[in-house]
Amino acid sequence: MEDKHQWPLYEVFVRARGGLDHKHAGSLHAADARMALEHARDLYTRRLEGVSIWVVRSTDITASDPADADSLFEPARDKVYRHPTFYDIPDEVKTL
Amino acid sequence: MSAAMKVRDDDLFRYLLRLGDLSLVLGQRLGEWVGHSPALEEDLGLANIALDLIGQARLLLGYAGEIEGRGRDEDQLAFLREHGEYLNPTLAEQPNGDFGRTIVRQVLIDAFQLELYERLTASSDGHLAAIAAKAVKETRYHLRYSGGWLVRLGDGTPESRARMSSAIERLWSLTTELFAEDDVDRAMAERGIAPRLADVQKAWSARIAALLAEATLERPLDRPYSWFGKQGMHSEHLGYMLAEMQYMQRTYPGARW
Repeated sequence: MEDKHQWPLYEVFVRARGGLDHKHAGSLHAADARMALEHARDLYTRRLEGVSIWVVRSTDITASDPADADSLFEPARDKVYRHPTFYDIPDEVKTL
Repeated sequence: MSAAMKVRDDDLFRYLLRLGDLSLVLGQRLGEWVGHSPALEEDLGLANIALDLIGQARLLLGYAGEIEGRGRDEDQLAFLREHGEYLNPTLAEQPNGDFGRTIVRQVLIDAFQLELYERLTASSDGHLAAIAAKAVKETRYHLRYSGGWLVRLGDGTPESRARMSSAIERLWSLTTELFAEDDVDRAMAERGIAPRLADVQKAWSARIAALLAEATLERPLDRPYSWFGKQGMHSEHLGYMLAEMQYMQRTYPGARW
């Protein structure tokens, strides 16, 4: 049952510059997506933080359970070979 | 007024005060919502619009001071004039009332400023055209915000709808003044500084009609009204507002942060 006295929660993602990806900026309450965009503009881009905004209903996000962290993330801990640190990078290559 | 004190271009000076005072007074009114809005998000939304408006007022009043040529800067014009020297339309100084009434006042003025600023970007006065070019972007957002709320609340619950209807009924007659052309308006139009108010009115009416239709609200009948703030004749509300707004400057003249 939806609470009629509280607007639903939206998560806000802001792209700082063209070419960068949208980063989670925070959350806010709004009656619908249009209002969420306007609120996001007013709350999270007041100091020129961005050039693009995404909003998504918080309930539409499926999150991993912190209790599962051990089984989800621990197995990666001893697999250092997945970091590409075993290559010699030529000096000429500046950005990789 | 002695000849030496005479304003260089009194028509332009008065016209700039009208534009500047409209933004100043409306911005001050919106500022009264801070800490009292229905939601934290709206608090910031209204404050953002208020700050845009104060910014416009600074530019317009600063320029008015230059045109006046008596050394008054934006602060002196904003804070140290008397009641009858403010030339904002009476609509701008109307009390906030409930959130719905604030929104109706905002929609009516946002649409007016939008149509006006769009045309002022082509003003023969380059300085004013530049101010309008900055303001028009802000105003487009203001109307998007206020128009959105007009539709939500008009086409909302029976309670919100009733409040919006009564707000429109209450404020509508004050819109007459926005388009009532007087000597200053005529002089500005003839010199290509400002648009003809009849053109602005036509565009404004179409915009407002579309918004009211979407909000399923009735457009009230036009009623004659002749108490014009833009000529310095204000409602009783402005004095109380100025008392609060001017208090600091009058108590501590020249005070700075």
